[in-house]
Amino acid sequence: MTDIVKTETLSWSRMDGVIELELHRAPANEIGSQTLADLEAFVAVLPDLQNEASALLIQSSIAAGFCAGADLRELYNTGKSMESNDRVDGVRDFLNRIHAVLNAIDESPLTTIAAVHGTTFGGGFELALVCDLIIADKMTRFCFPELRLGLIPGFGGIPRLKRDLGNAVVRDLLLTGRSMNATKAAQVGLVSQLVGEGKSLVAARSTARQILKFDKGTSIAAKRFVKPIPHAELREEIEIFCDLFSRPAVEAGLRRFVESEDPYPYLP
Amino acid sequence: MAETQQIIDEIQKLAAEHFKVAPDHVAPDDDFFQKLGIDSLQALELLTRLENHFNIELPDYEMQGVVDFRTLADRISQRM
Repeated sequence: MTDIVKTETLSWSRMDGVIELELHRAPANEIGSQTLADLEAFVAVLPDLQNEASALLIQSSIAAGFCAGADLRELYNTGKSMESNDRVDGVRDFLNRIHAVLNAIDESPLTTIAAVHGTTFGGGFELALVCDLIIADKMTRFCFPELRLGLIPGFGGIPRLKRDLGNAVVRDLLLTGRSMNATKAAQVGLVSQLVGEGKSLVAARSTARQILKFDKGTSIAAKRFVKPIPHAELREEIEIFCDLFSRPAVEAGLRRFVESEDPYPYLP
Repeated sequence: MAETQQIIDEIQKLAAEHFKVAPDHVAPDDDFFQKLGIDSLQALELLTRLENHFNIELPDYEMQGVVDFRTLADRISQRM
């Protein structure tokens, strides 16, 4: 086993050919600038780690869930004192960086598994979607809430969901903004294994052990054949997001969310 | 109405189990956010548990503004 590398928001290690990346930023693994920097640090060492590994498992040690998505409070607070153009430039830079991270995991020669539970929203859903397999416990909920803020998913969610699922499911999730439970997500093909509450990590580790039995080169060839990376649409998504983000309605939506004392701030 | 009362009873039982409070700690017209001391993400946990239990889908936008067990039971009964 390699030493466990622990950053402020993540930790990772490699044991017996399996790399485990754990998210551990309270309260719900929101992805802000620190998580992004830590993910970049992980991706920087991934080429070395994966030389002696066949599987990558991503999981969360936070009880609330896998990941609640982008850190909207940081996004709002960072941008509120900026001019509009600077605010959009800042978002574009963030999106380019998170796309680089997620593309690196998506393109990894490893077989990748997201072991998810609880809240798997927005950017957290998008992080799960870069993985080859999603193993979910029955309490998981998936959601793209971005339209509620006047935005679209910005971390590659639409192109990757389109890659994996029928368009009707994509429209349902995107255009209603509703969250979907894991049972339904398994029925529509998003979740590859549905397990009992608190069992997703155990099931993911078992699956990783199965992957280790295969010839690594064959797994790489198979993955390359079945998992194209939608680069053009990913780039287009960034442009559409930035265009939408420049509109005053988005700032107003973010302010409503951040300042809301409503018990349902995610449900405008 | 008996059916609605049964749904209320089942919701309260599930909520009490999930949030680890005594069953008689909650009543049909309680504000469950205040009574259980939960936030919006925990309310979604309850929603998931209810969907699994009643074998329905209850879109979370139908939860908007719902804070008591009786209204929640009404929303669920409309989906059964």
